[in-house]
Order: sequence, then C-alpha cells, then structure tokens
Amino acid sequence: MPSPSADLFFRPGLLRNRGNQLLTIISCLCAVIVLIPLFCVIAYVLIKGIAVIRPQMFFELPPAPGMEGGGIANAFLGTIIVTALSCLFSIPVGIGGGIYLAEYGAGNRFSDFIRFGTNVLAGVPSIIAGVFIYGLVVATRLLFGNSYSAVAGGLALAVLMLPTIIKTTDEGLKLVPQELRWGSLGVGASKFVTTMKVVLPSAVAPIATGIVLAIARSAGETAPLIFTALFSPFWPEGIFKPIATMSVLVFNFAIMPYEAQITLAWAASFVLVFMILGMNLVARWISGLAKR
Amino acid sequence: MASSGSEGLYTLRHRPPSDKLVDQSFRFLVTALAALVAIILFAIFLVVTLDAREAIAKFGLGFLVNSTWNPSTENFGAFTAIYGTLLTSALALLLAIPLGVGTAIFLTENFIPSRYRTIIGNLVELLAAIPSVVLGLWAIFVLEPVLRPLLQLIHRLLGWIPFFSTMPTGPGVMPAVLILVIMVLPIITAISRDSLNQVPPDLRQAAYGVGATRWTSIFKVLLPAAISGIIGGVMLALGRALGETMAVTMIIGNSNNFTLSWFAPGNTISALLANQFGEADGLQVHALMYAALVLMIITFIVNVLAQWIVKRLSLKYS
Repeated sequence: MPSPSADLFFRPGLLRNRGNQLLTIISCLCAVIVLIPLFCVIAYVLIKGIAVIRPQMFFELPPAPGMEGGGIANAFLGTIIVTALSCLFSIPVGIGGGIYLAEYGAGNRFSDFIRFGTNVLAGVPSIIAGVFIYGLVVATRLLFGNSYSAVAGGLALAVLMLPTIIKTTDEGLKLVPQELRWGSLGVGASKFVTTMKVVLPSAVAPIATGIVLAIARSAGETAPLIFTALFSPFWPEGIFKPIATMSVLVFNFAIMPYEAQITLAWAASFVLVFMILGMNLVARWISGLAKR
Repeated sequence: MASSGSEGLYTLRHRPPSDKLVDQSFRFLVTALAALVAIILFAIFLVVTLDAREAIAKFGLGFLVNSTWNPSTENFGAFTAIYGTLLTSALALLLAIPLGVGTAIFLTENFIPSRYRTIIGNLVELLAAIPSVVLGLWAIFVLEPVLRPLLQLIHRLLGWIPFFSTMPTGPGVMPAVLILVIMVLPIITAISRDSLNQVPPDLRQAAYGVGATRWTSIFKVLLPAAISGIIGGVMLALGRALGETMAVTMIIGNSNNFTLSWFAPGNTISALLANQFGEADGLQVHALMYAALVLMIITFIVNVLAQWIVKRLSLKYS
C-alpha cells in the first residue's frame, strides 16, 4: 500500500530540500565574492598599467621629486639582476638538497629532520629573511666592506626560494620509476652517473616548474629587499652597491605625493604582474609538457 | 654452451677508485647542501636572537605588554604591534575561512560543468601569484577609498561599540584586514579544494545510498574526511597572514598608539620592521630585532602546529 509520503519523486517543498537549495546558493555566493576582488585587482592593474605605460619608460631613470616623466629602467634591470643572483645562490643548493632527500635520504632521521626544516623555512615570513640578511651581511659589512647591496638582496630572496626548490626537486625525483635506477646501476653505472644522467633528466619538468614558480614569487617580493638591496635612483653600479628593484620602487613611490612617481608605481606594478603571470603560465606549460 | 661462449665476451668490471671517489664526494656534497637548510634555519634564529640580546636584557618580557614605542626616549614595547598582528590575522581568517571553504565546496560539487570549475580554480590560484606590494598599491588607491563610505556608515550606526568608535578617514586596521582576506583566500580555497577532491567518491556514493541529501553528505561525510587538509591550509594561511608585510604596511597606517578601534590606524610587527628598520640605529635596531624574534616564534609555533595537525588528523583511504 503506497502511502503519499513514501513516493519516490523529488519534492522540492520539503524542508531539507529547501535547506539544500539555500546552502547551494550560499556556496555560489561565496565563489562570486571570492572572484570579484580577483577580477578587480587584475583588471585595475592591467587597465591602469596600459594607460600609463610608455616604451621609453624602459630606458629612462625615475625623475627627481616634483619633476615630470621618467622611467623605471634602473628598477627593471635591478629586478633582473637581483633575481638572477638569488637563482645563482638557491638553485644549486636547492637541487642538491632535493637530490639528497630523494636519492640518499630514504627513511633516515636526518632527512626527516631536513624535510621538517624545509617546511619550517617555507613558513618563515619574508620580512624575517630580510632581517636575517641585514643582521648577517649588511650590518656587519661582511661583503668586502659593503653594506646594502644587490648581493644581500639576492641572498635574502634565495632564503625564500630555497624551500620551494628543495621540495619540488624531492617530489619530482620521487616520481621517477625505481626501475630506471636499477637498470642504470645494473649496467654498471655509478650512483653519481645514475643520478646525474638518468634520474635528474627524467625529472627535469617538475623541477623546472618549481624553479619557475620560485622565481615568479621572488620577483615580486619586496619585504626582504627594503633593507638589504635598499633602493637607488641611479643605474645599477655593480652587485656590491645598493640597487633599485621594481617591487621596492612600487612601495617607495606609492606613498609619494607626486603624480609622476605614482604613475611609475602603476607602470612597475603592471610590468611585475605581467611578468609574474607570464611565468606562472610558463610553469603550467612545462608541467603540461611533462604529463603528455 | 651459452655460458662457455659468453666467457670471453663479458668480464667482471671492477670500479676504478676514481669512480668511487666521485661517488663518495657527490654523496658528501649533496648531504652538505641538504644540511645547509638546517644551518640557515639555525642561523636565522641565532642572528636575530644575538642582535636582540641588548633589548631583551633591557626590556625583558615587559616588552610584550608595553604599548609605548618612543625612539627619542628609547622606551620600546611591542604590544601595539603584537596585538595588531594577532588581531588582523584573526579577523582575516574569520572572514576568509567560510568564504574559502564555501568556494572550495562550490568547485568540487557538480553545480557547473567541470571545465568552468577548472578555469575558476586556476583563476583563484593566479590571485596567489600577485605580489603583495601590488595589492598594497591597489588597496591604497582603490579598496580604501571605495570602502570608506561603508565603514563610515558602520561607524555612524554602531559607533557605540568600541571596535567601531573612530571615524574612518584613511588607512586603518579594517582595510588591512580586507587586503589580508584577499591574500589568504587563494591558499584556503586551493588547499580545501584539493583535500575535498581527494576524498574517495565511494564515501559520497555511500552517503547518497543511505538517503543523505547533498548537503548532509557534505557536512557529515565529505568535510570530516577532508578536515585535516582544510585545517592544514587554514594554518598555512594563518602563517602567511601573520608574516605578511607589504600590503599591510601600505594600508594599516603605522600608528604605534594603542586603540581598540578597528577603524583607526594600527600596526603589525612586520609593518613596524618594514617602516623603521631603514632609519633605525642603536637600541632601536635591537628592539626591532626583538620584535622580529617574537614574530618568528609566533609563526614557528603556527607552522609546527600545522604540520602536526595534518599528520594527526589525516585519515588514510587506500
């Protein structure tokens, strides 16, 4: 005897079904609220940036306060120099550390400790990296008597890049099938040759992805640079002198009461966002290549 | 026959000593590079603690509860900054957790085709890539001016509550909280989405099978199964919010006067460091190093707790 309450049709009027609809709407709203600032930020930076950017900005120095025009050429160069220096420090250490964790550190206490340390280092606030390098290198004038310098900035960024590179190398190497190692060792190759010629090349895509993402992050970092690389209104004078970077330029110029400086801050933001989004796309492309 | 034929073909090759040496030194090299991580970590603690020594000796633990920061009289206390750091992070998480987890649920349920969900998910992750200094610039010129009338309305209606007791006129704690929300949302959303995606579909099917509705199974089955990942993501976001510097420095107002109001200018430890390190000398540098040490200990505890929670709560399905 089928009673009306036991029929199998969906009844939208039931309290639980109404509640479900309400919750579904709430979760849609959450997604919309999350997406609004995203679009606002990206759209505003791109529109504002395209409106103010001129090609000659890449060839001119910032103007003196109160003057018109000028460019971000020294900061653009400086960002590239400081980021390159940070790569120079962090990539060899990061890949080496990752090789140790994946190839030599199976199950021993030391590698567990290093993994834990890597996670802790990844959580260290970026400004602390700046404070650390300030205390270690800048205040003590450790680098041949120079205080603020591009090298100090590069070191501070390298501290931040290191955990990302170690982690991606470790995880990338672990994905390499064990049979490859056995095969290589079986035909008589040494562990060194196996690692360098067989294991590392087959994990190059995930490692490259991690490195590109780490570079993208460090290119936009400001906090570690404001009292290590400092800033300079002039052309870069070498890697042991203070140097301008785009991120510090945005920070310094954003609070200035001059129109020309604020315009340059927007231009530098645009270039930074453009570069960083580009690098993220490259990283996706590399990891997509690996999956095929 | 075969063995006798291969006798001359294959000979056992002994590794030359140079080969072994290369192997040994390579092993030594990568071990040293790995150890460098630990060395850097210890060096960070060491350098900051050593540089903070003088301030620790002079102010002791009173540094943590003293809300004066006066370079001319050399009286330093970080209470305003510590309170600001904890307050902005707590408020930001309070707003970001429901939004982020809600979005993660939206992105893992089949409300819209999976193609669009992937696109939205990738877009949210792109937001995490925007440099914080750019978000700070945006906050100064777009977010804060747009928000000000709304905050002023709240002040007029609810001004009797101490938290809303100041007329918002520019940079302040509330805009800083909102920019932090925007910064931590991608982390919470992306990690919650990944953990929800990793829950085996059998669990959902079983829940549906015994008659649970969609949201009953989300609340009673899927979220509990993914809780370790979600809490891990939230803790990561907390670590990020505590240490976030640039965007907050640019919009919080950098005032060292303690006030309960969320609409007045405030300060955080990282903002204090970013603002004063450049032109500080003498005892002020040591006091700033002390503040940096406090920040480091707070984020260290949060990060270790996060790793512990993820290990402790993670359920194994395999």
